[in-house]
Amino acid sequence: MDFLSEQSPEMLPGNRSLPPLQGAIEAPHGTTIVATSFPGGVVLAGDRRATMGNMIAQRDIEKVFPADEYSAVGIAGTAGLAVEMVKLFQLELEHFEKVEGAQLSLEGKANRLSTMIRSNLAMAMQGLAVVPLFAGYDIDRDKGRIFSYDVTGGRSEETGYAATGSGSIFARGSMKKLYREDLTQEQALTLVVQALYDAADDDSATGGPDVARRIYPIVTVITDEGFRRLTDQESSEIARSILERRLEQPDGPRAALL
Amino acid sequence: MSTPFYVSPQQAMADRAEYARKGIARGRSLVVLQYADGIVFVGENPSRALHKFSEIYDRIGFAAAGKYNEYENLRIGGVRYADLRGYTYDRDDVTARGLANVYAQTLGTIFSSAAEKPYEVELVVAEVGTDPEGDQIYRLPHDGSIVDEHGSVAVGGNAEQISGFLDQRHRDGMTLAEALKLAVQALSREPGGGEREIPAERLEVAVLDRTRPQQRKFKRIVGRQLARLLETESAASTPTDAPSDAEDGDSTGTDTGRASGSESGSSEETDK
Repeated sequence: MDFLSEQSPEMLPGNRSLPPLQGAIEAPHGTTIVATSFPGGVVLAGDRRATMGNMIAQRDIEKVFPADEYSAVGIAGTAGLAVEMVKLFQLELEHFEKVEGAQLSLEGKANRLSTMIRSNLAMAMQGLAVVPLFAGYDIDRDKGRIFSYDVTGGRSEETGYAATGSGSIFARGSMKKLYREDLTQEQALTLVVQALYDAADDDSATGGPDVARRIYPIVTVITDEGFRRLTDQESSEIARSILERRLEQPDGPRAALL
Repeated sequence: MSTPFYVSPQQAMADRAEYARKGIARGRSLVVLQYADGIVFVGENPSRALHKFSEIYDRIGFAAAGKYNEYENLRIGGVRYADLRGYTYDRDDVTARGLANVYAQTLGTIFSSAAEKPYEVELVVAEVGTDPEGDQIYRLPHDGSIVDEHGSVAVGGNAEQISGFLDQRHRDGMTLAEALKLAVQALSREPGGGEREIPAERLEVAVLDRTRPQQRKFKRIVGRQLARLLETESAASTPTDAPSDAEDGDSTGTDTGRASGSESGSSEETDK
């Protein structure tokens, strides 16, 4: 990173000069990312839609990426900038690991991402914000942790569950009612897909499971064994089982009233 | 005003080469071998923190004999080169050939620049391919030349004798345990012709394993896994060596511990 800024600073996202703004910039935006922790790890998932204004720009975009062996980042906001930010973030973690011979602490990784978001503030003011969700397994504390961010790079650790993006309000409401502290890994996986379904239900910019095109959410899980992305087969099974239940109960599972 | 002594360029270069060779010879040797599923690096290294082998990129590994601070410098340069390349273009565009060229340039420039002392290092840059034919191993001596190696290569103090030993016995398609056994046998040969025992704790072993599902193929073999591999070796076959190798008296004592250099960080075991 330091080397890059010395050698070719124009390649870093923060150092580009922007043309004067003429009207709103139309660029694809990614939408909803959700995460939840369970004893033994953390689950991070994202829908597959990218929108440009009221148009669907892409149906099968991927918004959840492994950052390194024990962490992952999901991105909401301007897709092009976000993907590049993730690429640089991955590079930096790997570079540090190779040069120092040891991994950064999870806290260190979260702080680094915070600085990267802040460097994008100028663009965020022009409507090109990037707001990621960072989740990882903390090897030192033996648990999964979730960090959420705002456009200014403000970082806050979340307990239990978190969501970001346009559908996050609905997803968070859904998870609030479904989350329990003693979730198993399978239940946590179902929980995040439920939350994405609810987000897609009420937010037009979030895509639900697309059975006809076989496009299902990207679901990843990080445990002490490292990062793993569920295969299409696995995530389609979860999505289909939820879909099946929703045919009878369109609003999804009901929480107890009292 | 005094006139400086005239030293012929041949003499100057010969002196510098001699200086570098002596420095390298003081270090312990290490070997790099091809085996069926990749490339294995084996060396004797009493330190857990100062590595002789390390990962440069997805498929590229680095091994060095000589002075620690000098090769560490080159290693970090290599990691930077590779990461910058991979970020600018694509991960596939980082190749061992490109990296070896950069190293050769650097070493060559330092070697022939009168202002600097030549680096006392000898490097090996290896890249594992998708099949054994795609494997590449380059050896870079102190003067900046590149030698394209196949099968096996040894660098460091007793290199000539060890590579002679390896050339005779190395064959394609060895298993990891076989290759490891051969490497340890080769390393335990004394310059005088005798043999000594190298305990597992003093071995540093790393592989570039093409069968690893991850993108990054480099992996250190430590602890129980190493002990298991060394065990299968002794159980599987009895050592068959008693050939009379010519003892080239090229090196002096190999057991002067190298104390130069700084700690690079805690020991690592990041892969699962």
